[in-house]
Amino acid sequence: MDFTLPEEMESLRRIVRDFVGNEVEPVAQEIEESGEIPRRIVQMAKEMGLFGLSIPEEYGGLGLSMVGKCAIYEELGKTHNGFTSLIGAHTGIGTVGIVQMGNKEQKRRYLPKMATGEWIGAFALTEPSAGSHAANLKTTAVRKGDRYLINGSKHYITNARDAHVFTVMAVTDPSKGPKGITSFIVERDFPGFIVGKTEKKMGLNGSHSCELFFEDLEVPVENRLGEEGEGYVNALKILTNGRAGLAARNLGSCQYLLDKSIQYAMERVQFDKPIIEQQAVLHMLADMAVETETLRSLTYRVAWMTDQGMNVIKEAAMVKLYGSEVYNRVADKAVQIHGGIGYNAEYPIERFYRDARITRIYEGTSEIQRNIIGAQLIKEYRKRS
Amino acid sequence: MNILVCLKQTFDTEERITIENGKINEDGAEFVINPYDEYAVEEAIKLKEQHGGEVTVITIGPERAEQALRTAMAMGADKGVIVDLEDLGDQVDEHTIAQVLAATIREEDLDFDIILCGYMAVDDGSAQVGPRLAELLEIPHISTITKLTVEGDKVSVEKDVEGDVEYIDAKLPILVTAQQGLNDPRYPSLPGIMKAKKKPLTRLELDDLDLDEEEIAAKTEIIETFLPPKKEAGKILTGDLADQAKELVQLLRSEAKVI
Repeated sequence: MDFTLPEEMESLRRIVRDFVGNEVEPVAQEIEESGEIPRRIVQMAKEMGLFGLSIPEEYGGLGLSMVGKCAIYEELGKTHNGFTSLIGAHTGIGTVGIVQMGNKEQKRRYLPKMATGEWIGAFALTEPSAGSHAANLKTTAVRKGDRYLINGSKHYITNARDAHVFTVMAVTDPSKGPKGITSFIVERDFPGFIVGKTEKKMGLNGSHSCELFFEDLEVPVENRLGEEGEGYVNALKILTNGRAGLAARNLGSCQYLLDKSIQYAMERVQFDKPIIEQQAVLHMLADMAVETETLRSLTYRVAWMTDQGMNVIKEAAMVKLYGSEVYNRVADKAVQIHGGIGYNAEYPIERFYRDARITRIYEGTSEIQRNIIGAQLIKEYRKRS
Repeated sequence: MNILVCLKQTFDTEERITIENGKINEDGAEFVINPYDEYAVEEAIKLKEQHGGEVTVITIGPERAEQALRTAMAMGADKGVIVDLEDLGDQVDEHTIAQVLAATIREEDLDFDIILCGYMAVDDGSAQVGPRLAELLEIPHISTITKLTVEGDKVSVEKDVEGDVEYIDAKLPILVTAQQGLNDPRYPSLPGIMKAKKKPLTRLELDDLDLDEEEIAAKTEIIETFLPPKKEAGKILTGDLADQAKELVQLLRSEAKVI
């Protein structure tokens, strides 16, 4: 067994760590207050190639393994989660559909521009009536000659304000349930595509989620991703693929909070000694460290399994669930150790505490992950007996 | 244009330095391209972008120093040369380094129009290697530059002289050393890092170079290595100015013992 990263992955990780520490961290508070990521930072991220993590080299990306991507996501998780989300959603659910299910023409048309970040990607599944019950879509797609007409709406679509390319799920055959869902690649300037208001959120400032409205949205047949009826399975595959990456981002945030908490506990003096000498505080730090390290092991193991082409439905759900729950527990302890400063919005801990909360909800709630894990356990048990 | 950059891998500037058995402890330390050398690498790549040509990066150091060359290649340098002087142990100083660099450039037939170095390394801070190398190669040099323009064989630089600027015109071939302010080094792109692994790297040891060990042996000797004293809290003098001056003189005499 070998737990070390290949040297070139370490090099990638180092550069991303430098970029995050030198460029993004100094403006994190500014992002939080203005709700905007400075253009200069986004431009630098594009020039570095951060938008092309998932895209094969032949289309101008990095073609990284999942382990390599996780190493980078972990570093990105150590700064403002809104910035992390812009890149994470683009390189995860925003591009993976086209990479994995797209045909040659679709890849040629979309991937090079998505690799450079000229076109930002987004994933549009969730609807007012279809959250955890993802198959309950109301958006319809009706074929008319060489195009589809799509009608309906989406909401909570991450990156929607700035994205150009959307992977959209719509119902082509209402009589077939989940098997009547089809996925499409939709460009922002297709006729009938309307971006609604930007949602006001608890956190993830700088990452802009919007409603989408489709009014006789015209999508050429060649923009159908896969065959009719494959949309739901496609969506699940895209989400499963994104889960280790999401966990890696949470892992980075946990590590950040742990480091900040140790530093603070060593500096903060109460009762004439640094609070780290209080066993109650030290035990909190120990628990944070154990959970962070456990998350690290599980994250890279699931990433490795993904790279081996193994079926990771259960493990991906585990790491999504565990990563989100650990992030929330670690953030809670970090606030507790920091006390009043942890609650103060001029310091970063409070921001991480709020940003952590969404991770138990988006890309499949913790409850849905438990459902997936449970269903797999039953399946495995039946196979054995 | 053929461009050479001499660089050194140094401790990350944020590393805490500890000393063990009279030596700086390297365990677990992070290493980076010496920041002044990074300006030199950036300037070299800019020159290449403007004028075409090839950038070769050279370093002297242990195996780990390859990482610094790969980073420079990820930024855009084309090839690298690493010389390992492990055999010499501690018998290495600026004289040795300049001799080895000169021999490497001669014997590897590294053509150059311009050589760029950082003006000093942040670890030993001698600021000697660039000028020494220029002397050995019998070319002119200008140190601590903050701006560089090359047109044809004409070179114009702005040189930092203790906060003032000196404008100097010169001709290729030349060696220049980079001062802070010369440029803002780019981050290597991630695809650049992947490509850097495949760029050519030549590894040399002392035996590969035609050098007399005695001739290149260090001319200086390190007698002791120690950390600077811990910074203590300052003192603010009060009272009227005459009293303050009096007290200051007394403190400089009795406490600081500098007068």
